[in-house]
Amino acid sequence: MRIICPHCGARDRREFTYQGDAVALERPAPDAGGAAWDDYLHNRENPAGVTRDLWYHEQGCGAWLVVTRNTVTHAVLTTDLAATVREGLA
Amino acid sequence: MADLTAKTPCAGLLPLSIGTLTLTEVDPGHMTAVAPLKGQTSALSEALKTAHGMALPAPNRATGKDGARTIWFGHAHSLLIGPAPDPSLAQYAALTDQSDAWAVVRLEGPGAADVLARLTPLDLRAPQFKRGHTARTDLMHMMASITRTGPQAFQIMVFRSMAHTLVHDLKTAIEAVTARAG
Amino acid sequence: MRLDGKGQIDRNSPVSFSFDGRRYQGFAGDTLASALLAHDVRLVARSFKYHRPRGVLTAGSEEPNALVTVGQGAAQDPNIRATTLELFDGLEARSQNRWPSLEWDLLALNDLGAPFLGAGFYYKTFMWPRAFWEKLYEPVIRRAAGLGALSGQHNADTYERAHAHCDLLVIGAGPAGLMAAKLAADSGADVILCDEDTRTGGRLNADTQEIDGLPGALWAEEITAELAAMENVRIMTRTTVTGAYDGGTYGALERLPHAVASRKGAPKETFWRIVAGQAVLAAGALERPVAFRNNDRPGIMMASAVRAYVNRWAVSPGRAVTLFGNTDSIHRTAADLIDAGVHVAALIDARPDATCDLDLRFYPGGQVCDSAGRKGLEAISIATPSGIDKIQTDCLAMSGGWNPSVHLTCHMNGRPVWNPEIAAFVPQPGMVPGLTAAGACNGQFSTHQCLTDGLTAATTALQALGRRAAALKSPRAEDTPYAITPLWSVPGKGRAWLDFQNDVTVKDVKQAATENFRSVEHMKRYTTQGMATDQGKSSNTAALAVLADATGRSIPGTGTTTFRPPYVPTAIAAMGAHAQGTGFAPQRFTTSHRASLDAGAPMIEAGLWYRPSVFPAPGETHWRQSCDREVGMVRNAVGVCDVSTLGKIDIQGPDAAKLLDFVYTNRFSSLKPGRCRYGLMLREDGHVMDDGTTARLGEHHYVMTTTTAAAAQVMRHLEFTHQALHPEWDVSLISVTEQWAQFAVAGPKSRDLLNGLLDKPLSNDNFPFMACGPASIKGTKARLFRISFSGEQAYEIAVPARFGDSLFRQLVARAETLDGGAYGMEALNVLRIEKGFLTHAELHGRTTAFDLGMARMISDAKDCIGKTAAQRPGLTDPDREQLVGLKPVGAIKQLTAGAHLFTAGDAPTRENAQGYVTSVAFSPTLGHFMGLAFVQRGPARLGEVITLVDHLRGITTRVEICDPVFFDQDGGRARG
Ligand SMILES: [Zn+2]
Repeated sequence: MRIICPHCGARDRREFTYQGDAVALERPAPDAGGAAWDDYLHNRENPAGVTRDLWYHEQGCGAWLVVTRNTVTHAVLTTDLAATVREGLA
Repeated sequence: MADLTAKTPCAGLLPLSIGTLTLTEVDPGHMTAVAPLKGQTSALSEALKTAHGMALPAPNRATGKDGARTIWFGHAHSLLIGPAPDPSLAQYAALTDQSDAWAVVRLEGPGAADVLARLTPLDLRAPQFKRGHTARTDLMHMMASITRTGPQAFQIMVFRSMAHTLVHDLKTAIEAVTARAG
Repeated sequence: MRLDGKGQIDRNSPVSFSFDGRRYQGFAGDTLASALLAHDVRLVARSFKYHRPRGVLTAGSEEPNALVTVGQGAAQDPNIRATTLELFDGLEARSQNRWPSLEWDLLALNDLGAPFLGAGFYYKTFMWPRAFWEKLYEPVIRRAAGLGALSGQHNADTYERAHAHCDLLVIGAGPAGLMAAKLAADSGADVILCDEDTRTGGRLNADTQEIDGLPGALWAEEITAELAAMENVRIMTRTTVTGAYDGGTYGALERLPHAVASRKGAPKETFWRIVAGQAVLAAGALERPVAFRNNDRPGIMMASAVRAYVNRWAVSPGRAVTLFGNTDSIHRTAADLIDAGVHVAALIDARPDATCDLDLRFYPGGQVCDSAGRKGLEAISIATPSGIDKIQTDCLAMSGGWNPSVHLTCHMNGRPVWNPEIAAFVPQPGMVPGLTAAGACNGQFSTHQCLTDGLTAATTALQALGRRAAALKSPRAEDTPYAITPLWSVPGKGRAWLDFQNDVTVKDVKQAATENFRSVEHMKRYTTQGMATDQGKSSNTAALAVLADATGRSIPGTGTTTFRPPYVPTAIAAMGAHAQGTGFAPQRFTTSHRASLDAGAPMIEAGLWYRPSVFPAPGETHWRQSCDREVGMVRNAVGVCDVSTLGKIDIQGPDAAKLLDFVYTNRFSSLKPGRCRYGLMLREDGHVMDDGTTARLGEHHYVMTTTTAAAAQVMRHLEFTHQALHPEWDVSLISVTEQWAQFAVAGPKSRDLLNGLLDKPLSNDNFPFMACGPASIKGTKARLFRISFSGEQAYEIAVPARFGDSLFRQLVARAETLDGGAYGMEALNVLRIEKGFLTHAELHGRTTAFDLGMARMISDAKDCIGKTAAQRPGLTDPDREQLVGLKPVGAIKQLTAGAHLFTAGDAPTRENAQGYVTSVAFSPTLGHFMGLAFVQRGPARLGEVITLVDHLRGITTRVEICDPVFFDQDGGRARG
């Protein structure tokens, strides 16, 4: 599997560390309530298809990435810097 | 009490010469992580040019030459190698001394890329990875920086504590490549 | 027998080898199979289950029968295919799965027991009594059935892994692959051309047809030479592409020739990971056998293999050869044999409308229905419309048609489609992104078709790569149409083999269908069809055709089993090369490593780091003696310990304080420059991630310390917090773990020691507890921290790592003059347990600040990561297991980590568990064992005596719950 790092280009997946769903970028306010925090921390979809998750280019440039990929075909569709995605949410 | 004496990361391990390939330790001089403050990237590049004669490198690139080089070193910083950082840089960047943090070696000779192909998944083909190109990558599970410094020459850096493993792994690969060549 | 004149062997280079102890001579260019056939050695193996005599069936990597063991002792390598094993001088090969010898195999009695050993026999025969399976049945079966054996010794051979990159990977260097590679190379693409054979050419080496007027093999040689001269081409022979993986990544196994592999430092095999922009699969096709009664005798071979032995290796596998099949392959073979002067006894073409212009005995519409011969073929029976004919023959060349090698196209879950015209499965486009099939593996069987299909596939690939295809015309070659009438099995009684390697017959497959194992995947597992090391390359299609017939379905309706990598058997040692022994992970050495070894310290692993456990003094024979002395040294004088392995992160920028306030439970924005503070870090789910001290060096400059274990995790977490949650903050994070060599100097005499070394003397006033700041030693810049992990007055001094070795030696030498010295991990652990300080034994991922008695460290005045979750009722439940100390009060004075705790009088069962012990040590300071533990409502139970049970070590004792701080509870010693 290869992931295209926006900084480093296409790289072997061994350079990356997997984290989990990209929902982690959307941290609720402290007072958002139990349900919002449960969704943020624990409740996850398990799609057969397109998913967005976080990878860390740990053995490379150190950037956190949002990788959109297909869990059925294993195709990596897009990669964005987590910082850019986060700035878009703010 | 005696003065403190300095030891290089690869002391007692290098140099090494097998077949047509040589592996030597590089004395990098000063090494400084240069991380631009928000919005100061161009100003930092200008200051770097004025003080050290080279621009801040683009991602995956190195600027300067042997003795005074800046290599891109990650998503948010570069590494100034050689001169002590000019104080003017501190206005635009966070500066962190890394002079002792990395083992720096130079692998040179025909087949140097073949040696690295045994240790890193990085695409090192000459058209893709030219002189002046640099990469942060994995080298046998070690975080590494690899820079092409010549047609058959690479500068390789890993954390200082892993110098022993780096030399061992490079030596094994050099021996294998040399044995194939016959 | 060896033929005159022909072949690609070098008759000037004789090679001596042995098989089952007998010496033979072959030539350079031979395989073991061709060399044995040259000596008329037909019996080379015994079959897996029935111990039937077996000979060479094929001339390639699909060989199911001719498996041998090569080498002795630790270098013993079983199940090597004789058909691809290059002959080398001194080769010693042995047959397998026979006892006492290949000729007289007593286990051939299994063949007589065949009715009991059919499909599903394991499941039926050995059901009862249950206990007999492990003790009796399985060992007996394992002895009787099997292939070669491993040596049981550590593998001494060298293997290697490597990476390669290209624009176009061409898999297979037959006519299709060569054309594809040539066009792509001419178009400027970076090409890797792989072939598992020792030379390029594929079938051209085995056949006699011409290309552009040249013998095919010569044409291949010329185009290969052109390719080899190009800078953008890399030709990798002896390299089997074993699998297609995600993102254009391919696995490939390269076997180095013995002459190279035996050089010092050279590997035996290299496992390649090839990353290709595009790939052309030109893997060819495999000829398939026909199932008929006793079709497994030595001497019965594939027609294409017979052709290969005759043309390439100048060997005739027989003296009176017969041919049987349903395609023109047998006619071509017959012609080549006649041309080579070999007697052809008969040609039996199952196609009723077949014609033959060769001068031989011809049976159109005939079928071979049985064979005879004791250890090799002696005669065949032919069913003709007018009855059974019996013919003497020592070699039968058979062909049931060809199966395109679609395997790699199916490695990403694709399924091939049935092409009735050629009665075979062919790939569908796009089953592996970026891979295009060409030539015989794409169902294109004539040489002309292969050449043009190679060009077409390369053009497709070049287009995808965004390159213009150069002009290259397809050379002239034969274009005979492929005519086949499907024939899978010849009807009749007796056993007709499908899977030669796993001894699966037509009857077994039919029986599976009868017993309702109708799905092809069920049939496979019930009969073991295709489950041997050849993965049913020759037999799967015929087996599912038989299944389709038995279940009244079509072949495409029955479907194929799943094709999985690797395409050929691959040594785990090759895939896992470089990961044996210490090569498994990098070793990290501190700057004091050499000095610690010089002092005789045994090193222990802490993650990737190596750290000294104790520094034994003369006369000390047990680590506890050294440890107790070192603890006393720190409590009473001064000790020196390398703490460089702790993570150190340089945090700079205007928003540095904001980041720290957000990742730590407590405040760091209020910390004054020149001071340190202990910090607790949570995960977002409310559990503790790590702890450590962070020093403020300047207004916008901090240096954080992490535990050794969590250094990488904390760096990742800080980067995540910055990049993914607050990219607007202006802050920079750089690891400085490796920049500084840092040593703890601990004990009442620590200041005395340092004052003899530092350029500026220290006092308690100018450098109080939790102070930090710059220092210098003989002009060398240093960093000094007044922090303590031992509870004593202590400092940590950091110098640039190049001075680490020198400073450590000087510190230890000075400590020794003050009745102190170096201390290791054991003493460090005792000292911190005496003080109730935590490590990852306690911060193990399931504990909260509340559990650790640190709930008050979560600041009310600000948000931080993990705060909201940490306040959930479940994480602050007073019934939770919380940190306490333990003291022994029972007869047994030893405590053990990992033991469980129970209320006195309760049965030691899981339901009654009250908690568990995380850390224990003998305290020489207190004179007894002590432990840290988590106990339900622990802090409310101080003074209660409970039961400690270590089921694993068989220890039960009584312990008293106490405060986790065993020594100097008011902390006066650290401040003094
Ligand atoms: Zn990157």
